[in-house]
Amino acid sequence: MALRKVLGTETEFGITVLNQAAFNPVVASSAVVSSYAGNRSRIQWSLDEESPGRDLRGFRIAEGPGIDFETGLVNTVLTNGARLYVDHAHPEYSSPECADPRSAALYDKAGERVMVEAVEAAQRLLGPDERLVVHKNNTDGKGNSYGAHENYLIARAIPFDRIVRHLTAFFVTRQIFTGSGKIGSENGRPPVDYQITQRADFFEEEIGLETTLKRPIINTRDEPHADPSRYRRLHVILGDANRSEVQTFLKLGTTALVLDAIEDGAFPDPIELVDPVREVWSVSHDPKLEYAMETTDRGRLTALEIQWQYLDVIQQYARSIGVGPVWTQVLGEWEQILLDLETDPRSTADRLDWTAKLRILEGYRSRDGLAWNDSKLRLLDLQYHDVDPQRGLYQRLVDRGAIRRLFDDQQVELATIEPPEDTRAFFRGTCVHRYPEALVSANWDSLVFDIGEETLKRVPMMEPLRGTRRHVASMLEASPTAAAMIRALGGNDG
Amino acid sequence: MAEQERRQRPADRKGDESDRSEIETTGAAEEISDRIDDLLDEIDTVLEENAEEFVKNYVQKGGQ
Repeated sequence: MALRKVLGTETEFGITVLNQAAFNPVVASSAVVSSYAGNRSRIQWSLDEESPGRDLRGFRIAEGPGIDFETGLVNTVLTNGARLYVDHAHPEYSSPECADPRSAALYDKAGERVMVEAVEAAQRLLGPDERLVVHKNNTDGKGNSYGAHENYLIARAIPFDRIVRHLTAFFVTRQIFTGSGKIGSENGRPPVDYQITQRADFFEEEIGLETTLKRPIINTRDEPHADPSRYRRLHVILGDANRSEVQTFLKLGTTALVLDAIEDGAFPDPIELVDPVREVWSVSHDPKLEYAMETTDRGRLTALEIQWQYLDVIQQYARSIGVGPVWTQVLGEWEQILLDLETDPRSTADRLDWTAKLRILEGYRSRDGLAWNDSKLRLLDLQYHDVDPQRGLYQRLVDRGAIRRLFDDQQVELATIEPPEDTRAFFRGTCVHRYPEALVSANWDSLVFDIGEETLKRVPMMEPLRGTRRHVASMLEASPTAAAMIRALGGNDG
Repeated sequence: MAEQERRQRPADRKGDESDRSEIETTGAAEEISDRIDDLLDEIDTVLEENAEEFVKNYVQKGGQ
Protein backbone atom coordinates (compact mmCIF):
# COMPACT_ATOMS: atom_id res chain seq x y z
CA MET A 1 0.00 0.00 0.00
CA ALA A 2 1.45 3.33 -1.06
CA LEU A 3 2.51 5.80 1.56
CA ARG A 4 -0.07 8.47 2.36
CA LYS A 5 1.01 11.48 0.32
CA VAL A 6 2.14 14.52 2.25
CA LEU A 7 2.59 17.38 -0.18
CA GLY A 8 3.19 21.09 -0.53
CA THR A 9 4.35 23.85 -2.86
CA GLU A 10 7.09 26.49 -2.96
CA THR A 11 6.69 29.67 -4.98
CA GLU A 12 9.30 32.27 -5.88
CA PHE A 13 7.47 35.46 -6.81
CA GLY A 14 8.66 37.95 -9.42
CA ILE A 15 9.23 41.43 -7.95
CA THR A 16 9.79 44.94 -9.23
CA VAL A 17 9.41 48.52 -7.99
CA LEU A 18 8.14 51.04 -10.53
CA ASN A 19 9.72 54.51 -10.68
CA GLN A 20 12.61 53.58 -8.40
CA ALA A 21 16.03 54.24 -9.90
CA ALA A 22 17.90 52.33 -7.19
CA PHE A 23 15.65 49.24 -7.32
CA ASN A 24 17.38 46.25 -5.78
CA PRO A 25 15.37 43.00 -5.81
CA VAL A 26 17.02 41.61 -2.65
CA VAL A 27 16.21 44.74 -0.67
CA ALA A 28 12.68 44.90 -2.07
CA SER A 29 12.08 41.21 -1.31
CA SER A 30 13.38 41.67 2.25
CA ALA A 31 11.03 44.63 2.70
CA VAL A 32 8.06 42.56 1.52
CA VAL A 33 8.83 39.57 3.74
CA SER A 34 9.64 41.56 6.87
CA SER A 35 6.62 43.87 6.47
CA TYR A 36 4.08 41.08 6.56
CA ALA A 37 1.94 41.63 9.66
CA GLY A 38 1.50 37.91 10.22
CA ASN A 39 5.25 37.97 10.80
CA ARG A 40 5.13 40.18 13.88
CA SER A 41 6.94 37.70 16.09
CA ARG A 42 9.74 37.18 13.50
CA ILE A 43 10.62 33.66 14.49
CA GLN A 44 13.66 32.63 12.53
CA TRP A 45 13.71 29.68 10.23
CA SER A 46 16.70 27.52 11.12
CA LEU A 47 18.83 26.04 8.36
CA ASP A 48 20.73 23.65 10.66
CA GLU A 49 19.08 20.52 9.36
CA GLU A 50 18.99 21.46 5.71
CA SER A 51 21.41 20.18 3.10
CA PRO A 52 20.13 21.00 -0.38
CA GLY A 53 23.36 19.59 -1.85
CA ARG A 54 22.47 16.01 -0.95
CA ASP A 55 21.50 13.86 -3.92
CA LEU A 56 18.80 11.16 -4.01
CA ARG A 57 21.21 8.99 -6.00
CA GLY A 58 23.57 8.88 -3.05
CA PHE A 59 26.31 11.49 -3.57
CA ARG A 60 26.77 15.11 -2.62
CA ILE A 61 27.85 18.07 -4.66
CA ALA A 62 30.51 20.26 -3.15
CA GLU A 63 29.19 23.18 -1.15
CA GLY A 64 32.27 25.21 -1.92
CA PRO A 65 32.74 28.89 -2.66
CA GLY A 66 30.44 30.28 -5.30
CA ILE A 67 27.50 28.06 -4.37
CA ASP A 68 25.14 30.24 -2.43
CA PHE A 69 22.08 28.24 -1.48
CA GLU A 70 20.42 30.87 0.70
CA THR A 71 20.78 34.55 1.27
CA GLY A 72 19.65 34.00 4.85
CA LEU A 73 18.55 37.62 5.02
CA VAL A 74 14.96 37.29 6.08
CA ASN A 75 13.63 33.87 6.85
CA THR A 76 10.55 33.38 8.98
CA VAL A 77 7.77 30.98 9.92
CA LEU A 78 4.06 31.85 9.93
CA THR A 79 1.21 30.74 12.18
CA ASN A 80 -0.20 28.66 9.32
CA GLY A 81 3.00 26.61 9.41
CA ALA A 82 4.42 28.09 6.18
CA ARG A 83 7.88 29.53 5.61
CA LEU A 84 8.12 33.08 4.22
CA TYR A 85 11.57 34.25 3.20
CA VAL A 86 13.91 35.80 0.68
CA ASP A 87 15.39 33.22 -1.66
CA HIS A 88 18.11 34.65 -3.88
CA ALA A 89 16.41 37.78 -5.22
CA HIS A 90 12.76 36.79 -4.77
CA PRO A 91 10.21 36.66 -1.97
CA GLU A 92 9.30 33.01 -1.51
CA TYR A 93 6.40 31.28 0.21
CA SER A 94 6.70 27.58 1.07
CA SER A 95 3.33 26.17 2.01
CA PRO A 96 2.90 24.05 5.12
CA GLU A 97 2.81 20.28 4.68
CA CYS A 98 -0.66 19.19 3.59
CA ALA A 99 -2.29 15.76 3.64
CA ASP A 100 -4.22 16.01 0.37
CA PRO A 101 -4.15 18.05 -2.87
CA ARG A 102 -7.22 20.11 -1.99
CA SER A 103 -5.62 21.32 1.21
CA ALA A 104 -2.33 21.91 -0.64
CA ALA A 105 -4.12 23.99 -3.31
CA LEU A 106 -5.76 26.05 -0.56
CA TYR A 107 -2.44 26.74 1.20
CA ASP A 108 -0.82 27.58 -2.14
CA LYS A 109 -3.57 30.16 -2.73
CA ALA A 110 -3.10 31.43 0.85
CA GLY A 111 0.50 32.21 -0.16
CA GLU A 112 -0.82 34.65 -2.78
CA ARG A 113 -2.97 36.32 -0.11
CA VAL A 114 0.05 36.56 2.23
CA MET A 115 1.96 38.23 -0.60
CA VAL A 116 -0.87 40.73 -1.27
CA GLU A 117 -0.92 41.78 2.39
CA ALA A 118 2.89 41.89 2.58
CA VAL A 119 3.09 44.08 -0.52
CA GLU A 120 0.46 46.49 0.87
CA ALA A 121 2.47 46.80 4.09
CA ALA A 122 5.83 47.21 2.35
CA GLN A 123 4.35 49.82 -0.01
CA ARG A 124 4.15 52.20 2.97
CA LEU A 125 7.96 52.23 3.11
CA LEU A 126 8.22 53.58 -0.43
CA GLY A 127 8.24 57.05 -1.93
CA PRO A 128 5.00 58.61 -3.29
CA ASP A 129 5.66 57.67 -6.94
CA GLU A 130 7.19 54.27 -6.25
CA ARG A 131 5.04 51.18 -6.53
CA LEU A 132 5.81 47.58 -5.61
CA VAL A 133 4.58 44.98 -8.07
CA VAL A 134 4.70 41.25 -7.32
CA HIS A 135 3.87 38.53 -9.84
CA LYS A 136 3.13 34.86 -9.31
CA ASN A 137 4.88 33.78 -12.50
CA ASN A 138 8.09 32.01 -13.52
CA THR A 139 9.93 34.09 -16.08
CA ASP A 140 10.78 37.66 -17.04
CA GLY A 141 10.62 36.81 -20.75
CA LYS A 142 14.34 37.60 -21.06
CA GLY A 143 15.79 34.21 -20.20
CA ASN A 144 15.56 34.42 -16.40
CA SER A 145 13.35 31.84 -14.73
CA TYR A 146 12.38 31.28 -11.10
CA GLY A 147 10.67 28.30 -9.63
CA ALA A 148 7.36 26.92 -8.54
CA HIS A 149 8.27 23.65 -6.90
CA GLU A 150 6.11 20.78 -5.67
CA ASN A 151 7.04 18.32 -2.94
CA TYR A 152 5.69 14.83 -2.39
CA LEU A 153 6.61 12.44 0.41
CA ILE A 154 7.40 8.98 -0.98
CA ALA A 155 8.63 5.73 0.50
CA ARG A 156 12.40 5.32 0.71
CA ALA A 157 11.98 1.63 -0.14
CA ILE A 158 10.86 2.32 -3.72
CA PRO A 159 13.83 2.19 -6.12
CA PHE A 160 14.37 5.68 -7.45
CA ASP A 161 14.95 4.50 -11.03
CA ARG A 162 11.46 2.97 -11.05
CA ILE A 163 10.01 6.35 -10.16
CA VAL A 164 12.02 8.05 -12.91
CA ARG A 165 10.99 5.51 -15.59
CA HIS A 166 7.27 5.91 -14.94
CA LEU A 167 7.24 9.60 -14.15
CA THR A 168 9.16 11.15 -17.05
CA ALA A 169 6.46 10.78 -19.75
CA PHE A 170 3.83 11.91 -17.23
CA PHE A 171 5.79 15.07 -16.39
CA VAL A 172 6.38 15.89 -20.05
CA THR A 173 2.71 15.49 -20.98
CA ARG A 174 0.98 16.88 -17.86
CA GLN A 175 2.21 20.28 -19.08
CA ILE A 176 -0.96 20.52 -21.21
CA PHE A 177 -2.90 21.16 -17.98
CA THR A 178 -0.16 22.55 -15.71
CA GLY A 179 1.05 25.42 -17.92
CA SER A 180 0.44 29.10 -17.20
CA GLY A 181 1.17 30.25 -20.77
CA LYS A 182 3.82 32.52 -22.26
CA ILE A 183 4.41 34.62 -25.36
CA GLY A 184 7.50 33.59 -27.34
CA SER A 185 10.38 31.30 -26.41
CA GLU A 186 13.57 31.70 -24.33
CA ASN A 187 16.88 30.02 -23.61
CA GLY A 188 17.68 29.42 -27.30
CA ARG A 189 14.58 27.36 -28.05
CA PRO A 190 12.96 27.72 -31.51
CA PRO A 191 10.70 30.75 -31.97
CA VAL A 192 7.01 30.35 -31.19
CA ASP A 193 4.13 32.86 -30.93
CA TYR A 194 2.59 31.49 -27.75
CA GLN A 195 3.38 28.41 -25.68
CA ILE A 196 1.61 26.42 -22.98
CA THR A 197 4.13 26.80 -20.14
CA GLN A 198 6.43 29.38 -18.62
CA ARG A 199 9.14 26.92 -17.59
CA ALA A 200 9.58 24.34 -20.38
CA ASP A 201 12.25 26.29 -22.29
CA PHE A 202 14.59 26.07 -19.29
CA PHE A 203 14.86 22.27 -18.96
CA GLU A 204 18.05 20.77 -20.31
CA GLU A 205 18.62 17.41 -18.57
CA GLU A 206 16.57 14.29 -17.87
CA ILE A 207 17.73 13.87 -14.29
CA GLY A 208 20.01 15.79 -11.93
CA LEU A 209 20.51 17.86 -8.83
CA GLU A 210 20.59 21.38 -10.23
CA THR A 211 17.73 23.86 -9.87
CA THR A 212 19.27 27.05 -11.31
CA LEU A 213 21.34 25.82 -14.28
CA LYS A 214 20.84 22.86 -16.60
CA ARG A 215 17.52 22.18 -14.91
CA PRO A 216 16.48 18.49 -14.99
CA ILE A 217 13.01 17.00 -15.65
CA ILE A 218 13.46 14.90 -12.51
CA ASN A 219 15.29 16.62 -9.68
CA THR A 220 17.28 14.34 -7.41
CA ARG A 221 17.64 16.55 -4.34
CA ASP A 222 17.51 14.17 -1.37
CA GLU A 223 16.43 16.20 1.61
CA PRO A 224 13.39 14.47 3.10
CA HIS A 225 12.89 16.84 6.07
CA ALA A 226 11.68 13.66 7.77
CA ASP A 227 13.04 10.28 8.89
CA PRO A 228 15.50 9.54 6.05
CA SER A 229 15.37 5.79 6.63
CA ARG A 230 11.66 5.75 5.76
CA TYR A 231 11.09 8.68 3.42
CA ARG A 232 12.18 10.54 0.35
CA ARG A 233 10.79 13.91 -0.63
CA LEU A 234 10.33 14.12 -4.38
CA HIS A 235 11.20 17.71 -5.28
CA VAL A 236 9.47 18.57 -8.55
CA ILE A 237 10.81 21.59 -10.39
CA LEU A 238 9.13 21.09 -13.79
CA GLY A 239 5.94 23.00 -13.22
CA ASP A 240 4.51 26.50 -13.48
CA ALA A 241 3.14 28.68 -10.71
CA ASN A 242 -0.62 28.58 -11.26
CA ARG A 243 -3.14 31.23 -10.33
CA SER A 244 -6.08 28.91 -11.00
CA GLU A 245 -7.06 26.89 -7.92
CA VAL A 246 -8.50 24.07 -10.01
CA GLN A 247 -5.25 23.88 -11.95
CA THR A 248 -3.07 23.70 -8.83
CA PHE A 249 -5.39 21.01 -7.48
CA LEU A 250 -5.14 19.04 -10.74
CA LYS A 251 -1.36 19.37 -10.93
CA LEU A 252 -0.83 18.15 -7.36
CA GLY A 253 -3.63 15.57 -7.32
CA THR A 254 -2.75 13.80 -10.56
CA THR A 255 0.95 13.71 -9.69
CA ALA A 256 0.27 12.31 -6.21
CA LEU A 257 -1.95 9.59 -7.69
CA VAL A 258 0.67 8.63 -10.27
CA LEU A 259 3.27 8.39 -7.48
CA ASP A 260 0.93 6.21 -5.42
CA ALA A 261 0.39 3.90 -8.37
CA ILE A 262 4.15 3.69 -9.01
CA GLU A 263 4.76 2.83 -5.36
CA ASP A 264 2.11 0.09 -5.52
CA GLY A 265 3.49 -1.31 -8.79
CA ALA A 266 0.22 -0.60 -10.63
CA PHE A 267 1.82 0.49 -13.90
CA PRO A 268 2.57 -1.97 -16.68
CA ASP A 269 5.64 -1.22 -18.82
CA PRO A 270 6.49 2.48 -18.75
CA ILE A 271 5.93 4.73 -21.78
CA GLU A 272 9.48 5.74 -22.67
CA LEU A 273 10.23 8.80 -24.78
CA VAL A 274 13.15 8.79 -27.19
CA ASP A 275 14.14 12.37 -26.33
CA PRO A 276 12.35 13.60 -23.19
CA VAL A 277 14.25 16.91 -22.96
CA ARG A 278 13.27 17.84 -26.50
CA GLU A 279 9.67 16.82 -25.83
CA VAL A 280 9.38 19.10 -22.78
CA TRP A 281 9.56 22.19 -24.97
CA SER A 282 7.99 20.54 -28.03
CA VAL A 283 4.81 19.82 -26.04
CA SER A 284 4.85 23.31 -24.57
CA HIS A 285 5.32 24.92 -28.00
CA ASP A 286 2.17 23.24 -29.34
CA PRO A 287 -0.96 24.96 -27.98
CA LYS A 288 -3.08 23.20 -30.63
CA LEU A 289 -2.13 19.89 -28.95
CA GLU A 290 -1.38 18.13 -32.24
CA TYR A 291 2.31 17.31 -31.81
CA ALA A 292 3.14 13.60 -31.57
CA MET A 293 6.35 12.55 -29.82
CA GLU A 294 8.43 9.50 -30.52
CA THR A 295 8.31 6.68 -27.97
CA THR A 296 10.78 3.81 -27.80
CA ASP A 297 8.25 1.08 -28.61
CA ARG A 298 4.76 2.55 -29.20
CA GLY A 299 5.28 4.74 -32.23
CA ARG A 300 4.36 8.43 -32.04
CA LEU A 301 1.86 9.61 -29.43
CA THR A 302 0.40 13.01 -28.63
CA ALA A 303 0.52 14.42 -25.10
CA LEU A 304 -3.24 13.81 -24.85
CA GLU A 305 -2.90 10.16 -25.90
CA ILE A 306 -0.21 9.61 -23.28
CA GLN A 307 -2.32 11.34 -20.62
CA TRP A 308 -5.30 9.11 -21.46
CA GLN A 309 -3.10 6.08 -20.91
CA TYR A 310 -1.97 7.35 -17.51
CA LEU A 311 -5.56 8.18 -16.55
CA ASP A 312 -6.68 4.71 -17.58
CA VAL A 313 -4.12 3.02 -15.32
CA ILE A 314 -4.94 5.37 -12.44
CA GLN A 315 -8.72 4.87 -12.77
CA GLN A 316 -8.26 1.10 -12.53
CA TYR A 317 -5.80 1.54 -9.67
CA ALA A 318 -8.20 3.83 -7.78
CA ARG A 319 -11.05 1.35 -8.21
CA SER A 320 -8.88 -1.48 -6.93
CA ILE A 321 -7.76 0.28 -3.75
CA GLY A 322 -10.88 2.42 -3.15
CA VAL A 323 -10.21 6.16 -2.76
CA GLY A 324 -11.82 8.98 -0.77
CA PRO A 325 -13.79 11.97 -2.09
CA VAL A 326 -10.84 14.29 -2.70
CA TRP A 327 -9.17 11.72 -4.93
CA THR A 328 -12.46 11.00 -6.72
CA GLN A 329 -12.63 14.74 -7.41
CA VAL A 330 -9.08 14.65 -8.83
CA LEU A 331 -10.05 11.80 -11.16
CA GLY A 332 -13.21 13.62 -12.29
CA GLU A 333 -11.36 16.88 -13.01
CA TRP A 334 -8.57 14.97 -14.77
CA GLU A 335 -10.93 13.15 -17.14
CA GLN A 336 -12.89 16.33 -17.82
CA ILE A 337 -9.82 18.43 -18.59
CA LEU A 338 -8.55 15.82 -21.08
CA LEU A 339 -11.98 15.67 -22.76
CA ASP A 340 -12.20 19.46 -22.97
CA LEU A 341 -8.62 19.92 -24.19
CA GLU A 342 -9.28 17.31 -26.86
CA THR A 343 -12.54 18.95 -27.97
CA ASP A 344 -11.34 22.56 -27.89
CA PRO A 345 -8.59 23.92 -25.60
CA ARG A 346 -10.49 27.23 -25.43
CA SER A 347 -13.21 25.46 -23.46
CA THR A 348 -10.75 25.14 -20.54
CA ALA A 349 -10.33 28.92 -20.09
CA ASP A 350 -12.44 28.70 -16.92
CA ARG A 351 -9.82 26.39 -15.30
CA LEU A 352 -6.39 26.74 -16.92
CA ASP A 353 -4.14 29.79 -16.80
CA TRP A 354 -2.65 29.17 -20.24
CA THR A 355 -5.99 29.11 -22.02
CA ALA A 356 -7.49 31.92 -19.90
CA LYS A 357 -4.51 34.13 -20.76
CA LEU A 358 -4.63 33.10 -24.42
CA ARG A 359 -8.27 34.19 -24.57
CA ILE A 360 -7.30 37.68 -23.40
CA LEU A 361 -4.34 37.88 -25.80
CA GLU A 362 -6.41 36.69 -28.77
CA GLY A 363 -9.07 39.25 -27.84
CA TYR A 364 -6.53 42.10 -27.93
CA ARG A 365 -4.97 40.79 -31.12
CA SER A 366 -8.27 40.78 -32.91
CA ARG A 367 -9.56 44.07 -31.44
CA ASP A 368 -6.34 46.12 -31.77
CA GLY A 369 -4.61 44.19 -34.57
CA LEU A 370 -1.49 43.55 -32.45
CA ALA A 371 1.46 41.38 -33.52
CA TRP A 372 2.64 38.72 -31.08
CA ASN A 373 5.78 40.69 -30.23
CA ASP A 374 3.87 43.88 -29.37
CA SER A 375 4.81 45.32 -25.96
CA LYS A 376 1.17 45.57 -24.99
CA LEU A 377 0.69 41.80 -25.39
CA ARG A 378 3.87 41.17 -23.41
CA LEU A 379 2.56 43.44 -20.67
CA LEU A 380 -0.75 41.55 -20.62
CA ASP A 381 1.27 38.31 -20.37
CA LEU A 382 3.00 39.67 -17.24
CA GLN A 383 0.05 41.44 -15.69
CA TYR A 384 -2.07 38.29 -15.77
CA HIS A 385 0.13 37.16 -12.85
CA ASP A 386 0.12 40.40 -10.79
CA VAL A 387 -1.07 39.41 -7.28
CA ASP A 388 -2.71 42.83 -6.81
CA PRO A 389 -6.48 42.21 -6.55
CA GLN A 390 -7.29 45.25 -8.73
CA ARG A 391 -4.60 45.09 -11.41
CA GLY A 392 -4.00 41.35 -11.73
CA LEU A 393 -5.83 40.09 -14.83
CA TYR A 394 -6.42 36.65 -13.31
CA GLN A 395 -8.34 38.35 -10.52
CA ARG A 396 -10.34 40.41 -13.03
CA LEU A 397 -11.47 37.12 -14.61
CA VAL A 398 -12.35 35.66 -11.20
CA ASP A 399 -14.40 38.73 -10.27
CA ARG A 400 -16.38 38.40 -13.49
CA GLY A 401 -17.11 34.76 -12.75
CA ALA A 402 -15.03 33.64 -15.74
CA ILE A 403 -12.76 31.39 -13.63
CA ARG A 404 -14.08 28.54 -11.52
CA ARG A 405 -12.80 28.48 -7.93
CA LEU A 406 -12.43 25.76 -5.31
CA PHE A 407 -12.35 28.07 -2.29
CA ASP A 408 -13.96 31.29 -1.18
CA ASP A 409 -12.09 34.35 0.12
CA GLN A 410 -12.86 33.54 3.77
CA GLN A 411 -11.32 30.08 3.46
CA VAL A 412 -8.20 31.56 1.87
CA GLU A 413 -7.90 34.30 4.52
CA LEU A 414 -8.28 31.74 7.31
CA ALA A 415 -5.59 29.57 5.70
CA THR A 416 -3.12 32.46 5.97
CA ILE A 417 -3.53 32.22 9.77
CA GLU A 418 -4.56 28.69 10.74
CA PRO A 419 -2.35 25.66 9.96
CA PRO A 420 -3.65 22.48 8.31
CA GLU A 421 -4.97 20.18 11.05
CA ASP A 422 -3.79 16.87 9.69
CA THR A 423 0.00 17.19 9.44
CA ARG A 424 2.87 18.27 11.74
CA ALA A 425 2.32 21.82 10.38
CA PHE A 426 -0.44 21.96 13.00
CA PHE A 427 2.10 21.63 15.80
CA ARG A 428 4.53 24.11 14.19
CA GLY A 429 1.90 26.75 13.40
CA THR A 430 0.15 26.45 16.75
CA CYS A 431 3.46 26.82 18.62
CA VAL A 432 4.26 29.97 16.60
CA HIS A 433 0.87 31.33 17.63
CA ARG A 434 0.91 30.21 21.29
CA TYR A 435 4.57 30.51 22.31
CA PRO A 436 6.14 33.24 20.15
CA GLU A 437 8.37 34.49 22.99
CA ALA A 438 9.87 31.09 23.75
CA LEU A 439 10.15 29.75 20.21
CA VAL A 440 13.72 30.48 19.07
CA SER A 441 13.62 28.91 15.64
CA ALA A 442 11.56 26.62 13.50
CA ASN A 443 12.27 24.20 10.72
CA TRP A 444 10.40 21.58 8.69
CA ASP A 445 11.41 18.84 11.11
CA SER A 446 12.10 20.55 14.45
CA LEU A 447 11.31 23.47 16.74
CA VAL A 448 13.78 24.99 19.21
CA PHE A 449 12.53 26.63 22.43
CA ASP A 450 14.19 28.78 25.08
CA ILE A 451 12.29 28.08 28.30
CA GLY A 452 14.76 29.87 30.55
CA GLU A 453 16.88 26.83 31.37
CA GLU A 454 20.55 26.32 30.72
CA THR A 455 20.04 24.54 27.41
CA LEU A 456 17.68 25.21 24.53
CA LYS A 457 15.03 22.56 24.05
CA ARG A 458 14.69 21.03 20.64
CA VAL A 459 11.48 19.22 19.67
CA PRO A 460 12.07 16.95 16.66
CA MET A 461 9.21 16.32 14.24
CA MET A 462 10.53 13.57 12.00
CA GLU A 463 7.10 12.12 11.18
CA PRO A 464 5.10 14.48 8.93
CA LEU A 465 1.78 12.86 9.89
CA ARG A 466 2.30 13.28 13.64
CA GLY A 467 1.84 16.53 15.53
CA THR A 468 -1.66 16.82 14.05
CA ARG A 469 -4.65 18.35 15.82
CA ARG A 470 -5.74 14.88 16.88
CA HIS A 471 -2.29 14.17 18.37
CA VAL A 472 -1.42 17.42 20.12
CA ALA A 473 -4.36 19.85 20.38
CA SER A 474 -5.42 18.86 23.91
CA MET A 475 -1.80 18.79 25.12
CA LEU A 476 -1.19 22.30 23.68
CA GLU A 477 -4.43 23.65 25.15
CA ALA A 478 -3.44 22.31 28.56
CA SER A 479 0.00 23.98 28.31
CA PRO A 480 -0.19 27.74 28.97
CA THR A 481 3.58 28.11 28.44
CA ALA A 482 6.25 26.53 26.27
CA ALA A 483 7.88 25.19 29.44
CA ALA A 484 4.67 23.38 30.36
CA MET A 485 4.39 22.02 26.85
CA ILE A 486 7.99 20.73 26.90
CA ARG A 487 7.27 19.07 30.28
CA ALA A 488 4.12 17.49 28.85
CA LEU A 489 6.18 16.12 25.95
CA GLY A 490 8.63 14.61 28.42
CA GLY A 491 11.52 17.01 27.75
CA ASN A 492 14.20 16.77 25.13
CA ASP A 493 17.53 18.54 25.50
CA GLY A 494 18.72 20.19 22.33
CA MET B 1 -6.11 -5.87 -27.77
CA ALA B 2 -6.28 -4.21 -24.39
CA GLU B 3 -4.04 -1.53 -25.83
CA GLN B 4 -6.45 -0.95 -28.70
CA GLU B 5 -9.42 -0.57 -26.38
CA ARG B 6 -7.58 2.03 -24.38
CA ARG B 7 -6.74 4.03 -27.48
CA GLN B 8 -10.34 3.99 -28.68
CA ARG B 9 -11.98 5.19 -25.50
CA PRO B 10 -10.89 8.81 -25.75
CA ALA B 11 -12.25 9.00 -29.31
CA ASP B 12 -15.66 7.71 -28.18
CA ARG B 13 -15.85 10.26 -25.41
CA LYS B 14 -14.76 12.97 -27.79
CA GLY B 15 -17.79 12.14 -29.98
CA ASP B 16 -20.21 12.66 -27.10
CA GLU B 17 -18.53 15.86 -26.09
CA SER B 18 -18.62 17.49 -29.56
CA ASP B 19 -22.36 16.85 -29.82
CA ARG B 20 -22.90 18.55 -26.52
CA SER B 21 -20.75 21.59 -27.26
CA GLU B 22 -22.45 22.08 -30.63
CA ILE B 23 -25.79 22.49 -28.92
CA GLU B 24 -24.32 24.88 -26.38
CA THR B 25 -22.61 27.15 -28.90
CA THR B 26 -25.56 27.55 -31.27
CA GLY B 27 -26.81 31.10 -30.95
CA ALA B 28 -24.31 31.91 -28.19
CA ALA B 29 -21.51 33.25 -30.40
CA GLU B 30 -22.67 36.87 -30.27
CA GLU B 31 -23.04 36.80 -26.53
CA ILE B 32 -19.49 35.44 -26.16
CA SER B 33 -18.01 38.17 -28.35
CA ASP B 34 -19.91 40.84 -26.34
CA ARG B 35 -18.47 39.38 -23.17
CA ILE B 36 -14.89 39.42 -24.46
CA ASP B 37 -15.25 43.04 -25.65
CA ASP B 38 -16.54 43.98 -22.24
CA LEU B 39 -13.62 42.14 -20.58
CA LEU B 40 -11.05 43.94 -22.76
CA ASP B 41 -12.63 47.31 -21.93
CA GLU B 42 -12.31 46.50 -18.24
CA ILE B 43 -8.68 45.39 -18.63
CA ASP B 44 -7.90 48.64 -20.48
CA THR B 45 -8.73 50.53 -17.28
CA VAL B 46 -6.25 48.59 -15.10
CA LEU B 47 -3.41 47.95 -17.57
CA GLU B 48 -0.05 49.54 -16.64
CA GLU B 49 0.36 52.77 -18.55
CA ASN B 50 3.64 52.45 -20.36
CA ALA B 51 3.76 48.93 -21.78
CA GLU B 52 7.12 49.29 -23.49
CA GLU B 53 8.82 50.76 -20.42
CA PHE B 54 7.30 48.17 -18.07
CA VAL B 55 8.31 45.22 -20.22
CA LYS B 56 11.81 46.61 -20.82
CA ASN B 57 12.50 47.15 -17.11
CA TYR B 58 11.11 43.81 -15.97
CA VAL B 59 14.25 41.76 -15.26
CA GLN B 60 14.30 38.93 -12.68
CA LYS B 61 17.72 37.52 -11.92
CA GLY B 62 18.73 34.89 -9.40
CA GLY B 63 15.89 32.37 -9.50
CA GLN B 64 15.75 28.60 -9.21
